[in-house]
Amino acid sequence: MANLMTGAEIVFKALEDQGVTHIFGYPGGAVLPIYDELKNHKSIKHILVRHEQGAGHAAEGYARSSGKPGVVLVTSGPGATNVVTALTDAYMDSVPLVCISGQVPTHLIGTDAFQECDTTGITRPCTKHNWLVKNISDLPRILHEAFEVATTGRPGPVLVDIPKDIQFAKTKYFKPKKVKKLNGKLSSKFNQKEIDQLIDLMLKAKKPVFYTGGGVINSGPKASELLRELVSLTGFPITSTLQGLGAFPGDSNQFLGMLGMHGTYEANNVMHDCDLLINIGARFDDRITGKIDEFSPKSKKVHIDIDPSSINKIIKVNLSIVGDVKEVINLTIKTLKKKKLNLEKSNKEKISKWWEQIQKWRTKKSLNFINSDKVIKPQFAVQRLYELTKNKDTYITTEVGQHQMWAAQHYKFNKPNRWMTSGGLGTMGYGLPAAVGVQVAHPEKLVVDIAGEASVLMTIQEMSTAVQYNLPIKIFILNNQYMGMVRQWQELLHEKNYSESYSAALPDFVKLAEAYGCVGIRANTPNELDEKIEEMINTDKPVIFDCLVDPHENCFPMIPSGKPHNQMLLGPQDQEEKKITGKGKTLV
Amino acid sequence: MAKSKSAYSTPTKQGKIDTHIIVVWVDNESGVLARVVGLFSGRGYNIESLAVAEIDSKKNLSRITIVTTGTPRVIEQIKLQLKKLVPVHKVADFKKEDKKIIFKEMALLKIVANSVKIKRAINACKKFNGVILDNTKKSVVIQITALRRDIDKITKILKPLGLVSASRTGAVAMTRGAEVFK
Repeated sequence: MANLMTGAEIVFKALEDQGVTHIFGYPGGAVLPIYDELKNHKSIKHILVRHEQGAGHAAEGYARSSGKPGVVLVTSGPGATNVVTALTDAYMDSVPLVCISGQVPTHLIGTDAFQECDTTGITRPCTKHNWLVKNISDLPRILHEAFEVATTGRPGPVLVDIPKDIQFAKTKYFKPKKVKKLNGKLSSKFNQKEIDQLIDLMLKAKKPVFYTGGGVINSGPKASELLRELVSLTGFPITSTLQGLGAFPGDSNQFLGMLGMHGTYEANNVMHDCDLLINIGARFDDRITGKIDEFSPKSKKVHIDIDPSSINKIIKVNLSIVGDVKEVINLTIKTLKKKKLNLEKSNKEKISKWWEQIQKWRTKKSLNFINSDKVIKPQFAVQRLYELTKNKDTYITTEVGQHQMWAAQHYKFNKPNRWMTSGGLGTMGYGLPAAVGVQVAHPEKLVVDIAGEASVLMTIQEMSTAVQYNLPIKIFILNNQYMGMVRQWQELLHEKNYSESYSAALPDFVKLAEAYGCVGIRANTPNELDEKIEEMINTDKPVIFDCLVDPHENCFPMIPSGKPHNQMLLGPQDQEEKKITGKGKTLV
Repeated sequence: MAKSKSAYSTPTKQGKIDTHIIVVWVDNESGVLARVVGLFSGRGYNIESLAVAEIDSKKNLSRITIVTTGTPRVIEQIKLQLKKLVPVHKVADFKKEDKKIIFKEMALLKIVANSVKIKRAINACKKFNGVILDNTKKSVVIQITALRRDIDKITKILKPLGLVSASRTGAVAMTRGAEVFK
């Protein structure tokens, strides 16, 4: 018999052949054989986290910022259950993860053994697919299949559960086969006829809009390039979901800003009044659509998505094109050019009135806020951070809440893969470990986690990881002492009953930073903010930046629940004006 | 307008609810039924009945037949979500009213009664092609293969005649004629 290998060796052999260079993990009894093998594989670096959830989010940050799958290694029982939040997060936001978990030996499965849990049972609804390896001879095939499933079609997390005895057992290893096309799960492919129909709709439209999402980012950097070409070729306005930010330059004149619950006035009104809505790689999430019955009532709708089950799931569309965003846009551009329609010029007149209307909406300046010279406004803090870091190739992660929305509104992204945030699941505690993963993938780049003080405490232990591996991540905390978004909803929807949304005993974040062996910086007033941010940027160590902001600031604009896009709630200035006319109050 | 206290939108109008028979060809591997059933329960879809067994031991294929109800949009989602599962090969969808499809369910019915009642019970089952599988002085076990509503009907008739136990399968389906679902 030629060259038998143990299960543990095969795990690393497969990782090497899949081009993996970093894994995030935490050892334990049921994965010790795999950890024992680590030393023999110099090309793979293991990042030791402090909690398995951190490993999962770090792998997500790594994957989102690099386009490569993130790999997680955890032990059985609590190791596996701790990673469930991250797997679910990755599933919701279509992030490719391969999670390898240890399991108790096969003869003990089902006996309630020490650190046993039904890992494949628990993770079945939060992975694209998972495997319990019961036979060593299946291991090489399953590992290669795991990478294929995670990275093809609509990406997502997978899990391979390997019992301890399988890690010791021996079999013959084989290399992955040449990648098949899209794991055979993508049955329908788009065709030229559909593209022609799309172009036909584009030619007829007087009020068109592109609505783009994370699918553009997932399709690779080339998709973003092509999107820019398509948008400039057509002259259409474009808006983006939270996950899609960066696919199109945030400072371009054709960009309307983010849409949805906390999107801009112009983006949401464009969605409501348009006559052609072209959805590219987004999924009509409920934070985007608002009231379904009144969603974009006058438009023809086109949906371009790689996942057939996203089509007509929430919003019925007139034309669906199932395929990789990159390929669909590519063919659309080619066809446009071949037909020599000169859309840019012929369309300009047709949609010029549309642009005039958009300019009118823009004059509302819906992202405006009343600044102060005494207390730091959180929006101002994000704006200053943007101004002082925009010339560097900065990577931004966030936690979940008000700070996340302010970051999305006020930080302008010009490149894909620079923005990592938990959109679908909305996981507080995502940003810090995600920043760890991003910094691992991009050691020389500036990585900032725009955080809230409540969120960041959920995974603060990962500061230890950052210190251990000299990862100079910057944790930029907009500290308002409240779970701000909870407080905002309580203010607007629950008669200001601030039930449990105030954190009474927060740590001193500067001292906390020092305790972890990194640098703590605090900004108290607006006039010292720039100087302190500069200090943060110039510190070549992990930093916790405690930015004390106005605790009562709310995130506007906002679409109140159950309302359509054209009934937005604007900022305090607007509400003040409405109060005078006596109409504003009833809007909430 | 009443003020909503939720950060989510309120449910909107629903379509007409139909009964569909979904047939799924899957790899016969451990956990595959849990994946299919979990998809239904996780996304809030109904399962009225379920039948599953291996149909090709060489190719290791099983056929799952699920009777479900839902609006056209829900039925469409069920099919598309099923197709995304890795061990699923193909998914067929039939409307209950479809004349081109044969649907059958089977029931085993045990009657414990005196000989007069047993005789009447056997007679009552004749209309539904009942097959006697076991017969004693005090009891009889009858097999019925019929549509769901016919089995419902016969169990109602047999109740006063001493029906003590009924065991029923889920529906299975097959297209009529020479055509095979690809």
